[in-house]
Amino acid sequence: MSAVSQYVEEYRTIGAALPGGHLPWLRELRERALTQFSAGGFPSPREEEWKYTNISTIEKKRFRPLPISEPSAAVESWLKNYELEDVWRLVLVDGRVAADRCRLDGMPDGMIVCGLAEALTKYPNLVQSHLGLAAGRENHGFIHFNTAFFSDGAFVRAPGGQALPKKPLQIIYLNSRPESLATVRNLIIVEPNAALELVETYAGADEQSYLSAAVTEVSIGENAALDLYKLQSESTKAFHFGGTYVQQARSARFRHYNFSFGGLLVRNEVHTELGHAAECLLYGLFLAFGRQHVDNHTLIHHAQPFGISREIYKGILDQRARGVFQGRIVVHQDAQKTDAEMSNRNLLLSENAEIDTKPQLEIYADDVKCGHGVTVGQLDENSVFFLQTRGIEEQAARTMLTFAFANEMVDRIRLDGLRGSVQAQLLALFSKANLHQEWL
Amino acid sequence: MLTIENLHVRVDGKAILQGINLEVKAGEVHAIMGPNGSGKSTLSHVLAGREGYEVTSGSVTYAGKNLLDMPPEQRAREGVFLAFQYPVEIPGVSNIYLLKAALNAMRRHRGQSELDALDFLQLIKEKIKLVEMDEQLLYRSVNQGFSGGEKKRNEILQMAVLEPRLCILDETDSGLDIDALKVVADGVNSLRTNDRAFILVTHYQRLLNYVRPDYVHVLVHGKIAKSGDADLALELEEKGYGWIERQTAAEDAA
Ligand SMILES: Nc1ncnc2c1ncn2[C@@H]1O[C@H](COP(=O)(O)OP(=O)(O)O)[C@@H](O)[C@H]1O
Ligand SMILES: [Mg+2]
Repeated sequence: MSAVSQYVEEYRTIGAALPGGHLPWLRELRERALTQFSAGGFPSPREEEWKYTNISTIEKKRFRPLPISEPSAAVESWLKNYELEDVWRLVLVDGRVAADRCRLDGMPDGMIVCGLAEALTKYPNLVQSHLGLAAGRENHGFIHFNTAFFSDGAFVRAPGGQALPKKPLQIIYLNSRPESLATVRNLIIVEPNAALELVETYAGADEQSYLSAAVTEVSIGENAALDLYKLQSESTKAFHFGGTYVQQARSARFRHYNFSFGGLLVRNEVHTELGHAAECLLYGLFLAFGRQHVDNHTLIHHAQPFGISREIYKGILDQRARGVFQGRIVVHQDAQKTDAEMSNRNLLLSENAEIDTKPQLEIYADDVKCGHGVTVGQLDENSVFFLQTRGIEEQAARTMLTFAFANEMVDRIRLDGLRGSVQAQLLALFSKANLHQEWL
Repeated sequence: MLTIENLHVRVDGKAILQGINLEVKAGEVHAIMGPNGSGKSTLSHVLAGREGYEVTSGSVTYAGKNLLDMPPEQRAREGVFLAFQYPVEIPGVSNIYLLKAALNAMRRHRGQSELDALDFLQLIKEKIKLVEMDEQLLYRSVNQGFSGGEKKRNEILQMAVLEPRLCILDETDSGLDIDALKVVADGVNSLRTNDRAFILVTHYQRLLNYVRPDYVHVLVHGKIAKSGDADLALELEEKGYGWIERQTAAEDAA
């Protein structure tokens, strides 16, 4: 039996117990998604948007959704690695909210942070009006799979019309068990005029294989702002799909910071649609060593006039790692005065490392300013020489420059605590990859 | 301190330096002047150890050792310093990190312990006064977004912190306004000691108004065509390089 039909079969047993089973509209939504998944399966490299990433290894495995169980003791120590200070925190372990690990006290009036399962009971209408909205444009196997199978997720609503305390929200998704499946569905609603800072951390038990398939739908209201940080630190044997789909209303501002460090096979999607005079900033840094494969797929729809988008993705690939950057910007006919820039810069540190980079601009309006640039290269030899003339050994100089190439993206993080934590992870990765770091 | 004998260097198969002889003693300041393309930067780079230069004959002895045998970092640790004509920008490495990494590399080489954070900061604050540089620039990425003058001051700051014995400044004066030029000159003058030597590569005589050289050499087509004292620089300022070029051409023909 194929993996797809196994999952479909499994749905027959667990489907009824999935959250929101009491809601006919959701049952219908899940059934429809299941039918689509059953017919189309997981995405294949035959699809244009997936042509550099073959996920057939996922189909050879059998990941099982876990029954609700006590998180293992090790969870505590992993969490310590990622928990930030002075934040509200929502923790999901193996695809479900772990209530006793959360810290959500002192929330301002109107602000909601809870599990999606809980929200389906408490705020079914709110969920109904947003679920499938931003991801509705998307049409591939992982989306359908997630819709059919999601076991929980984060539900966040930042209310507008009042000043929120400037305290970020951190959501940690931790995978603690081998061969497990975590399908989380997140809904982030930033109401008009509200501002929210959100940190998503995906992590898992070292050396364990599991599948984390997350879909995050975001709606940013008029004149509202969201800074969304995604830190992907899955186990180096894990499979990660993480799709973030955003709708930006008039003058909405969206900043996304995508740090992709872990995982064996990773696909990050960040898609957004900009309303009138909306702005988005997409930053990405992906590192891959060994046999890691990291695919970044971004899509910016300039649907209305006066939108601004800035995108910078950087990749560092060593050993036999493979990276993909597919960045697409579509400027629709009505989107006059669009100002869009995209760049992708990559460092290949070994002869066997590989990057496929494909920036695409599709412009249907005539009065726009758009640009893109791509570089694939090695370290700047002049900089290596310069550092050597300052007494730094060649190997240390190369490490310093590689670290700097990455750190330049880390420096853009606007939350001090997170910046320090990401920097520490970067250093740990560098030392794990056996690179020199005496200069620190 | 430095003896260059009959140095011939090729770049991409093209002969650039064609028999350089130069003797630099501790405490001396040598100016190397010459038209664009005469090989001044090539000489500086070869001394600092840049790759891609093929030494076809000749030798360079520094403090009794064969300089050409050493990798660039070892030359630096032994006290050779090159201020770049075009300072390098390094996004993502803060100036202060660079200084710390470099200084600690030197100190380890000299058998000294690394400075702790406080002592290091105190040292830097002292040195930065010398080049009249904004302290904020310490925390920015190396040379990124710096003005031309700030970049050159930054090179002098590195020199002041590392305390090299042989300082080679490749056109550090080029493109500077008069204030920045004075800062660079003051920096050099304050570092002049009996056990330190300078090679000032410059296209113009201007810097030499502020830093008086003991010797002036004119490099033409990869050879030292003329040497003299500080007055030679004034003569060059007045008459240009043409007459020396013609003189060498005539000599070569004969
Ligand atoms: N990498 C290189 N490849 C080929 N020719 C070079 C290279 N670098 C310098 N040259 C040539 O060497 C000569 C000397 O250059 P340079 O040392 O930079 O002169 P200067 O510093 O005196 O202006 C010039 O003719 C220049 O074109
Ligand atoms: Mg030059």
